[in-house]
Amino acid sequence: MDIISPTVTNLIIFVLAIYVGYHVVWTVTPALHTPLMAVTNALSAVIIVGAMLAAALTTSDLSRWMGTAAVALAAVNVFGGFLVTRRMLEMFKKKDRAAPADEKRGDH
Amino acid sequence: MSLDLVTLLYLVASVCFIQALKGLSHPTTARQGNVFGMVGMALAAFTTVALIFKLADGKVAGLAYVIGGLLVGGTAGAIMAKRVEMTKMPELVAFMHSMIGLAAVCIAVAVVGEPAAFGIAPAGQPIPYGNRLELFIGTFVGAITFSGSVIAFGKLSGKYKFRLFQGAPVIFAGQHMVNAIMGIAMLGMGLWFTATQDWTPFVIMTVIAFVLGVLIIIPIGGADMPVVVSMLNSYSGWAAAGIGFSLNNSMLIIAGSLVGSSGAILSYIMCKAMNRSFFNVILGGFGQEGGTAAGKQEQRPVKSGSADDAAFMMSNAETVVIVPGYGLAVSRAQHALKELAHKLGEKGVQVRYAIHPVAGRMPGHMNVLLAEAEIPYDQVFEMEDINPDFRQTDVVLVLGANDVVNPAAKTPGSPIFGMPILETHLARTVIVNKRSMASGYAGLDNDLFYMDKTMMVFGDAKKCLEDMVKALDAL
Repeated sequence: MDIISPTVTNLIIFVLAIYVGYHVVWTVTPALHTPLMAVTNALSAVIIVGAMLAAALTTSDLSRWMGTAAVALAAVNVFGGFLVTRRMLEMFKKKDRAAPADEKRGDH
Repeated sequence: MSLDLVTLLYLVASVCFIQALKGLSHPTTARQGNVFGMVGMALAAFTTVALIFKLADGKVAGLAYVIGGLLVGGTAGAIMAKRVEMTKMPELVAFMHSMIGLAAVCIAVAVVGEPAAFGIAPAGQPIPYGNRLELFIGTFVGAITFSGSVIAFGKLSGKYKFRLFQGAPVIFAGQHMVNAIMGIAMLGMGLWFTATQDWTPFVIMTVIAFVLGVLIIIPIGGADMPVVVSMLNSYSGWAAAGIGFSLNNSMLIIAGSLVGSSGAILSYIMCKAMNRSFFNVILGGFGQEGGTAAGKQEQRPVKSGSADDAAFMMSNAETVVIVPGYGLAVSRAQHALKELAHKLGEKGVQVRYAIHPVAGRMPGHMNVLLAEAEIPYDQVFEMEDINPDFRQTDVVLVLGANDVVNPAAKTPGSPIFGMPILETHLARTVIVNKRSMASGYAGLDNDLFYMDKTMMVFGDAKKCLEDMVKALDAL
């Protein structure tokens, strides 16, 4: 029997992942669309996996430096993306300390 | 560590990524989702390190380059994430898209230079045709994402003198023709590369893609930036998926597709909120800054009042709905607004906020700006949820918004006919705070301002809100 080519397998994964993405993203509340964009920036930075292979396993100067540059560029997004998302989501936390602050203000 | 185990760990990471997006369905689950995302990413990175150990047979000196790149990029990213102002989020996001685009191009160059290192071809053998085609697609999408995002970044920040970085669209005769010819040339070079695996067409194709990225964004005006940012978000995902195809890595394909569809959905939502078709936005030329229509019409009388009057009206109301626009963010008045809402709440007035999808400079931007000012998210309502309530609302306070509350959208024949708006004109009383009578991005006069029940309060949003707070204290 012939072996299925990797491209076909990849295409199957691709189509199903788009389908999952479509349905999951529609459930995201519009209030969180900005954090959504920030976190998707971090997620697409998963290409850092390819960049790491390029930086660590290649032997020619060109490929190695291209890989190292790609690791650095993608790392900006991995760290920046997740951290800025966390920072934004902290703002959406319910403020428990709001109540005591209100009482203090009422005393004046 | 076998390759099967590596692939399975990548699968776990992919599931974490889906969970990260799923968490965003509600503010209470979102932080947990973000943790899933981080765990997935850490898992992906450590698995890759293990894979490098296996493939390099212990010769892991190359890991030094990985760690160097991680330290430099990670530090820069962490500092930016900590320092960025929330009003500058769109710029940061555009900047991050450009990082992904450029990283994708770099990886593709490394792969073309040394395919054997990635296990997609035995040493000394040519890359399979399928992977060449995928490399070509990943590269051009990445290159367009990079240069397009750089232009978008410039347009969003608005502080650079460089002409291409200004909000006003750049249009020249035969623009679409030039773009089409370059696009065809790029595809031709890509197919040549696919056929021969030669460097020359690959380099030419990449250069054309970089130029094309600039050309497709410059005709789009500043007002359409929410669509552009979402669109580039989508492109960065497709670029990642393209690299995943060329490396036969299913995790990259899954993450890229998630991001790609997310960006596409956001573009769709933004286009719908602006009543424009996607192609209409992409072909550009719309949204020249500064309206003109207001000057053409004869001056109509408006009723204007002071901040004190506004404060008095709101304190006597039972329900107040506040409509924040980007003008509010520009004058950094969110905290003054929170103070006002708090004071009104103390007087027993029910205060809610109504957000139009394009209230900020990117999807959901206004929600973040309000959250930053510690305004509870359960007082903040989306357009569809609050529109039915305007008829029963005593006072609507419009702050620095214009087109999104223009009732002309309900009049057939108007240029913005059909655009979804916040139906503030149905409320019993409307207070509008603006700096002047200048028209919005659409360049249209707004009938809301001339209605009998409307009172205009002219001035800077922050100053006016602070005056209103003072007046409330005095009452």
